[in-house]
Amino acid sequence: MAIGKEILKMRHITKNFLGVRALNNVDFTLRAGEIHALMGENGAGKSTLIKVLTGAEEFESGEIWMDGIPHPIINRSPQEAQHNGISTVYQEINLCPNISVAENLFIGREPKKHGMIDWKTMNKKAKEALAVLDVDIDVTINLENYSVAIQQMVAIARAVDISSKVLILDEPTSSLNDFEVSKLFAVMRKLKERGLGIIFVTHFLEQVYEICDRITVLRNGELVGEYEVDKLPRVQLVARMMGKDFDDLAEIKREHKGSTGKEEVVVEAKGLGCSGKIKPFDITVNKGDVVGLSGLLGSGRSELARALYGADRPDKGVLKFKGKRFTSRAPIDSIRAGMGFLPENRKEEGIIADLSVRENIIIALQARQGMFKLLSRKEQEEFADRFIDLLKIKTADRETPVKQLSGGNQQKVILARWLLTNPDFLILDEPTRGIDVGTKTEIQRLVIKLAEEGKAIIFISSEIEEMLRTCNRMAILRDSSKVGELSGDEITQVNIMKAIAGGTTV
Amino acid sequence: MKKISIFKKPITQYSLFMPILCLFLVLIVNLIQTPHFFKITIQNGVLYGYIIDILNRSSGLVILAVGMTLVVASSGGTDISVGAVCALAGAVCVAALGTGETYKMPYIAAVLLALLIGLICGVFNGFLVSFMKVQPMVATLILFTAGRGIAQLVTGSFILYVKPKSFTYLGSFIPGVPIPTPCFVAAFVVILTWLVLTKTSLGMYIQSVGINSKASFLVGLNSKVIIFLTYVFCGICAAIAGLISVSRTASIDANNVGLYIELDAILAVAIGGNSLAGGKFSLAGSVIGAITIQALTTTLYAMRVAADQLPLYKAIVVVAIVAIQSPVLRKWFKNLTLKLAPGKPVKEAM
Repeated sequence: MAIGKEILKMRHITKNFLGVRALNNVDFTLRAGEIHALMGENGAGKSTLIKVLTGAEEFESGEIWMDGIPHPIINRSPQEAQHNGISTVYQEINLCPNISVAENLFIGREPKKHGMIDWKTMNKKAKEALAVLDVDIDVTINLENYSVAIQQMVAIARAVDISSKVLILDEPTSSLNDFEVSKLFAVMRKLKERGLGIIFVTHFLEQVYEICDRITVLRNGELVGEYEVDKLPRVQLVARMMGKDFDDLAEIKREHKGSTGKEEVVVEAKGLGCSGKIKPFDITVNKGDVVGLSGLLGSGRSELARALYGADRPDKGVLKFKGKRFTSRAPIDSIRAGMGFLPENRKEEGIIADLSVRENIIIALQARQGMFKLLSRKEQEEFADRFIDLLKIKTADRETPVKQLSGGNQQKVILARWLLTNPDFLILDEPTRGIDVGTKTEIQRLVIKLAEEGKAIIFISSEIEEMLRTCNRMAILRDSSKVGELSGDEITQVNIMKAIAGGTTV
Repeated sequence: MKKISIFKKPITQYSLFMPILCLFLVLIVNLIQTPHFFKITIQNGVLYGYIIDILNRSSGLVILAVGMTLVVASSGGTDISVGAVCALAGAVCVAALGTGETYKMPYIAAVLLALLIGLICGVFNGFLVSFMKVQPMVATLILFTAGRGIAQLVTGSFILYVKPKSFTYLGSFIPGVPIPTPCFVAAFVVILTWLVLTKTSLGMYIQSVGINSKASFLVGLNSKVIIFLTYVFCGICAAIAGLISVSRTASIDANNVGLYIELDAILAVAIGGNSLAGGKFSLAGSVIGAITIQALTTTLYAMRVAADQLPLYKAIVVVAIVAIQSPVLRKWFKNLTLKLAPGKPVKEAM
């Protein structure tokens, strides 16, 4: 089980996405017989690196070397990557549920006899391929009859059978229960003994420490470092993922932290919860507060925010808004009451891509006004121009479709949309993700300014620095529940990381 | 909603450029083939000519295309039941008026009844699509098949004739007015729709929901209700088209009224340069698309193509039109215009 020679070397990989640097000079090395975790928060560049490797995306510069191939390779398609010995099993299993397990294993490369599919050989070979993973099932019945875990095993068996040098497992455990995870790990160990190099992408810290040999951490598209698992305590890993080094934004600092004497409660949730999304929680947000929600991805940060906004209807607990009991049936109720919500996923839930910057800015206000009170064209243009100016949105024209703007400017458009409705309570879910440093600073300043003007704000970010700079209180989430709260001087990097990592800090 | 300044971008960049070009190309064939094609004369106090005929015959399709455009824009799906709804609404109207020498009930009441039927059909489709989340094609397939059956039930499987002359006014001419009535109806529907879409925020809502329903929900739009409304409206449009259709022949043949017209309506939307995936739409484009389809039919008749061979020629031209508008050829056109005007590069956004 000794870790062998280097079988995959990626050097100086650089890739741009619409002007944003997704990967910057990233190195990655995989050795035979090791399980190598690829870690980083969302937007760190993990999936881009995987896509570059598997040929799903092109890269601009850098080299990929495979052991046994005397020249650098460029995979132009997943097929080519497979040919070069790299296979991937994705989070969503990409097999066909309505055909048999054996067919799934050999689709596109069925064993043939006299030009016809040789079912007998195929089923036998399928059985063998699964036996390697200690999976003994009837391969002649449809895949859909098996659990997700088994389906995943089939996907892995297929990947291993096609090419067996590098296996990429992208979030394989997110839909498995504990027992299934342990089964998967057994399979991974087996493959490792056979000399495969496995790249394991996951958000679960425990699993990394259970199974991996090495960790490569990415952040903001850059390599943070490669570490051996037993030499990197968990708190350190979280620190690396979230970024510890102070950058040039450090001068922004909230001045009035803590209480200002008289607190005016804006939002007060008691036992609010949403089955399957967020366990019941209490939270209070006062006028002038910036409350941060901190936790790893999938810890329930966004879900908590969505429950407050009414994007997901809470089924437990009570929400009080501005002193009165408030139930939101749909976002429009929340908007009318004075809430705003900038969602985490800008592209899918934020921008309305084909509509113009003007329309994207005024749409929430228009929705609040109602269908029959159309804002006049002149008003719309004035509002749009005011916010294009105020937030320095870079756009050719207010009529430019918002999809043609850069990510940061799109985010500013969504911010403008909510500022225009002048809400008392604003939820910002990852407002600075994937946007350049300059715009990040602007947005952080704006958040502080808004709070000083008396708005109540919930701020969610994966970047701990950003949270330290902007928040005066912080709620910590882990495993879909709120596990604690920090305020005032307690908000330090170490405390936050300890709280996030939870459990035993190695 | 279009910009006034023509000089801001090359003319080929306008969304209506291609649909208009296609219509123009279809018409230009006639200039060579049938020189008297563009002649308009007055006979018996009413206007006659191929052009008038195109506008007259296309009006039903124009109305359907308007309804279909909104359905496509909001839901990214199509309502394939419009032809059957035409037949059903027509059947109800005729059955209500009866086959006697005089109407059984006031004409206007029968018309309203037919519109109500269209509305109910729309409510049914809209409910399935927006609230039950049935795929639009499957949801509207129900009335597509059942609609004509119900119409047969209403007419007792007979072809019914309406005797009073005034019944034909809607589908032909009102005495003393030289312009065919269907043209007025179509213009009324188009203008009214356009006003509702631009004077309320409904137009923006429909586009917004069609482009990104998740984001629309989060900014406070009720995407279900908006999609529902477009289907209801489409049902009413189908009823209006059905009324025109039965008035033309003063009879109802439930098997043939509006047969296959749903396909032409969808085609009109596509020829108008609208994406069938939903989102941004151009009402004017769909109207031009509908007129183009009728112009094509009339042109082929004028060229003495036999009626039973017509679909073949029509298909060939439609393929050409759709190909011209395909993204690949559009890009090619764009590059061509760039080459022709090298001094003015098209400003790509940042």
